[in-house]
Amino acid sequence: MDLVWLVPALPLLGFVLNGTLALVRPQAKSAVSAIGVGVLVAAFGVGVLVVRALALAHPEGPVVFHYWDWIPVGSLQVGYALQVDPLSAVMVLIVTGVGALIHVFSVGYMREDTGYARYFAYLNLFVFFMLLLVLGANFPVTFVGWEGVGLCSYLLIGFWFSEKVNADAGMKAFVMNRIGDCGFLVAMFLIWQYTGSLDYEEVFAKAPAVLPVGGAAVTAITLFLFLGCTGKSAQIPLYTWLPDAMVGPTPVSALIHAATMVTAGVFLVARSNVLFALAPAAQVVVAGVGALTALFAATIALKQWDIKRVLAYSTVSQLGYMFLGVGTGAMAAGIFHLATHAFFKALLFLGSGAVIHAMHKAYHATHAHEDAQDMRNMGGLRRFLPWTATLMWIATLAIAGIPPLSGFFSKDEILAAAFARGALQPAWYLFWGLGLAAAALTAFYMTRMMLYTFHGPSRTGAHEQVHLREAPWVMTGPLVVLGLLAAVGGAINLPTLVGGSAWLHHWLEPVTAAGAALAPAPELAHATEWLLIGVAVAIGAGGIAAALRLLDPSALVPAAQARPETGFAKVLWKKWYVDELYDAVIVRPVLWVSRTLLWRVVDVGVVDGAGVNGAAVVSRTLGWLGSRLQTGELGFYVVVFVVGVIAVLSRALR
Amino acid sequence: MSWIGAHLVEIVFWGFGGFAVVSATLCITRRSPLASALWLIQTLFCVAVLFTLLDAAFIGILQVLVYAGAIMVLFLFVIMLLNMGRGGPGDVRGLFGAAVAGVLGAALLFQLKGLGQAVPPEAIRLPPGTLAAAQQQQGVVNVVAVPLFDAFLIPFEITSLLLLAAVVGAVVLAKRKL
Amino acid sequence: MLLGPSLAVSAVLFVIGAAGVLLRRNAIVIFMCVELMLNAVNLTFVAFAQQLGTNGQIFVFFVMAVAAAEAAVGLAIILAVYRHKETVDLQHINLLKG
Repeated sequence: MDLVWLVPALPLLGFVLNGTLALVRPQAKSAVSAIGVGVLVAAFGVGVLVVRALALAHPEGPVVFHYWDWIPVGSLQVGYALQVDPLSAVMVLIVTGVGALIHVFSVGYMREDTGYARYFAYLNLFVFFMLLLVLGANFPVTFVGWEGVGLCSYLLIGFWFSEKVNADAGMKAFVMNRIGDCGFLVAMFLIWQYTGSLDYEEVFAKAPAVLPVGGAAVTAITLFLFLGCTGKSAQIPLYTWLPDAMVGPTPVSALIHAATMVTAGVFLVARSNVLFALAPAAQVVVAGVGALTALFAATIALKQWDIKRVLAYSTVSQLGYMFLGVGTGAMAAGIFHLATHAFFKALLFLGSGAVIHAMHKAYHATHAHEDAQDMRNMGGLRRFLPWTATLMWIATLAIAGIPPLSGFFSKDEILAAAFARGALQPAWYLFWGLGLAAAALTAFYMTRMMLYTFHGPSRTGAHEQVHLREAPWVMTGPLVVLGLLAAVGGAINLPTLVGGSAWLHHWLEPVTAAGAALAPAPELAHATEWLLIGVAVAIGAGGIAAALRLLDPSALVPAAQARPETGFAKVLWKKWYVDELYDAVIVRPVLWVSRTLLWRVVDVGVVDGAGVNGAAVVSRTLGWLGSRLQTGELGFYVVVFVVGVIAVLSRALR
Repeated sequence: MSWIGAHLVEIVFWGFGGFAVVSATLCITRRSPLASALWLIQTLFCVAVLFTLLDAAFIGILQVLVYAGAIMVLFLFVIMLLNMGRGGPGDVRGLFGAAVAGVLGAALLFQLKGLGQAVPPEAIRLPPGTLAAAQQQQGVVNVVAVPLFDAFLIPFEITSLLLLAAVVGAVVLAKRKL
Repeated sequence: MLLGPSLAVSAVLFVIGAAGVLLRRNAIVIFMCVELMLNAVNLTFVAFAQQLGTNGQIFVFFVMAVAAAEAAVGLAIILAVYRHKETVDLQHINLLKG
């Protein structure tokens, strides 16, 4: 386990090497590929070794490796320390494993891009920060990773920065993340104030003693932490950056905005489960926001035409599920869904990447300028990309919650936990209902996406069709691996109901037991559980069936000729006008205050005018006054002299 | 009569003191510099009388001899040399200048009045009549002269150097061609 | 006994001298007013000498000597200026202006 420092160090090394190559020899693509993919595979290998050592050692608490003192200031002692425990082990495997697959995919996807080396440098840097985030032994180290992944997200979203849209999307993501980060910071301040420490071990040990259950302090802390999570994990109200982030390269969307960065929020809640267990009000907020976001994003996805946007809103929706899970206190369920979601969402994104890659090639060959990502330009692609189609259908069934695929188990566990909690507080039944509705819509829009993309008549032009073909194996290989994981991944946490061992749940117990002890979860009767499973499966299947019945791919026309949406469909297509609302209520006033008030009045008027120029004017005036005193007339001098004498005398006589 | 006799010193003092103030006022207000100089001589005479009343007869005589006799004569020489006996039209400042002078003068007077409350402390005050007795013993001139060559020898010699420098300076400055 | 009144007279003379300096434009007359001020100070010294010892009178002695030297040099300067400017009116002597 001592090698744990290698796990983040390897991607950092990759960043340094690839960054140097990007600056001096950007055309050395083979070297970049070797380094970029190599460090990730090596990091995965080391991660496996570390996790194996952890499994064999069975320690009581987390194993902390302290490397150096970072902030030794009086009573605030923060060290650069990494922590190996079951939760970070799971996250490390997901990040490095799925990350390695996506790196391999990128080799093929980004082959023709001039920024190849820069891309891999940023991607490696991202993995480094993400690993810092999950391996950190205290809040500040996690925060460094938190900020770092935000930075890399900005760099990668705006990768093709020469187009303003892309740069703007990167900026939007960064700014919204920062708003969340403020929340995280405030939470850290409060945690230190109440517990006197920022190390996970110490904080979670002290918390039950110093923070009264349901008190204002712990509720404030957890709500501020959750604010950070809404920013990073794209929940209401800070989710609007995620769909816009789809302008980045598709592997980036797969890695950052599906599998890893956006799950950092869920990870944080799971890590701080002790704090959340002490604050029931915050748990309701977390679960409520999660459930609401799940439904809300699902409704928007119903009417999106860009294939990546559908997946983006799907991600937001599934993240809502994860928060519903951890909000209930069922940390293992939330992390389980995190893992399965990483598998099938990464698969979906990479698959869409293969589709877009093929479309791009086709349009490039015929010099057409159509939108390669619009589903209305696709259709019947399963004839040309059979492997991709099959694998994406596996992922679709998984996300819809069809047994025995992985998504079914994870989603079902979350819904069951919510339903069980309803016995204590009826509000949870509402959350369960929202989750169920979202599940129905998820099945519907995912089937819609598959129908319009892969089935029905082809709307890509006849000239382009001859160029459509399957992606090379360097891209399809990772898809296959992910497909397998999406299919059988449920095995890691088969519920006891069906005779499984709930392995992940037990694996995570050293981390989640403290929280679970403080807020015990109610048990469900077996019969109720079977009933819930039946309902969930029926909903999922019903969604798929409804989509197959109601949607007619042959009624679509290519994007260029399509009529704009009207009525309620338009509201959905326009994302419920949330972006416009934010623009009017927040962005414009802030810009106005900055430009008119702060710039014109304060900066130009006060600072420049009164401060800088004013000082010069005062100086010059005083000088002019002084020069008026030099008349050269002795009579005047004598008068001043006498005045001075009187002044001195008056002082002396006091 | 006895009342006059009893207060003779005061009568003489206030008489000559008042006259000194009057002549000083006239000195500063005459348009002709010559008249100013003559009134100043008058003031000096009155002050010499005051000196005498204050047991400083030697200083009083010196005042007449040196100040009125030598310095003021020098002044008169220069006035005559520069042919300024009549005085020009604008020699005295106008209303504004007079107002400024009046205000500042009043302020200064007010402050000096405050200073005038100062009384030397008992510790260093000599019993009254000491000076007169010393003068009777040693002689009026000796009272001043002996310390001059005794405790104040060095300032005395330096003053002679000063006078030498002044003589040389005056001669050089007044030459037509250096 | 005569200390208070002497100081009063001295103060008045001093103020008159100062007012004269402020009031007049002729350099020589200003000089004479300065002499008047010196005299007022002499009076103060002598008045205190009556109470505190002969040191006051000795000081007056020195003041007179210095006043004589000063008068000589000062008048020589005025003569030199008159030769240049043909006037001793202070308002026209503004060579110090800068």
